[in-house]
Amino acid sequence: MSDKIEKISIIVSKGSLEGIYPALIMANGARAEGIDANLFFTFFGLDAVHKARHEHIKLATVGNPGLHLATWAGGLPGVSTVMTRYLSHKMDELDIPPIPEFVEMIADTGAGLYACQASVDLFGLSKEDFIDQVQDIITVGEFYELAAGGQIIFT
Amino acid sequence: MSTKVYAGTEVPVNEEGFFTDPGQWHDDMAAEIARESGVGELTERHWVIIRFMRKEFAEKGTGPTVRALGKTSGVSVKELYQLFPKGPAKLAARIAGIPKPRGCI
Repeated sequence: MSDKIEKISIIVSKGSLEGIYPALIMANGARAEGIDANLFFTFFGLDAVHKARHEHIKLATVGNPGLHLATWAGGLPGVSTVMTRYLSHKMDELDIPPIPEFVEMIADTGAGLYACQASVDLFGLSKEDFIDQVQDIITVGEFYELAAGGQIIFT
Repeated sequence: MSTKVYAGTEVPVNEEGFFTDPGQWHDDMAAEIARESGVGELTERHWVIIRFMRKEFAEKGTGPTVRALGKTSGVSVKELYQLFPKGPAKLAARIAGIPKPRGCI
């Protein structure tokens, strides 16, 4: 077995800003290194490829001790919006694209984007709810087939 | 540190094959490096990127990432991956004789 990574399949299960970006950065970085990459969006991670929602992904300001913000303060109206705007601004300065643009770019690199069948059923969604870059809605079994021979990363 | 011979000239390269002295690079070395790195024959579109990498490196001291290339080189991200399937910024930098661009995006 080669010690070089040839393929990765990343599962995106969270719908918060800090839940989605790491997966996108890892997928994009893999392609930049010539590594094949698949993204599998499941549960709230589906928001990253949801036409109506992917522009409104927010930072979790409650239950996020890493922010060093009192829980009660994180729950105040507008705090999540303000913090998200602040972080987006910082990201823009570092030339990290907003989520919709980033997802589109990753699709352009040749990475495969897939939605999870069980989650799509659970939330009552259909293919039309997702951006065109989502190639298919697939079952967990089909995901494992796609991921075969590579590494799987769960985020 | 090892060396490679391109177009009849011996040049120092690092362990990944990137030039450690971009000043020693010449146009006529590019075709050979491209073949060696699996890119194959260079087209005019490849050259648009190679020249762009040289220019960016000369101005900024570092090569652009794929995202920066897609935004500023006039070649889309999609086409960049068609031209350099195994990593556009990385391969174009190697062929252009400049260090591997660092950056996560």
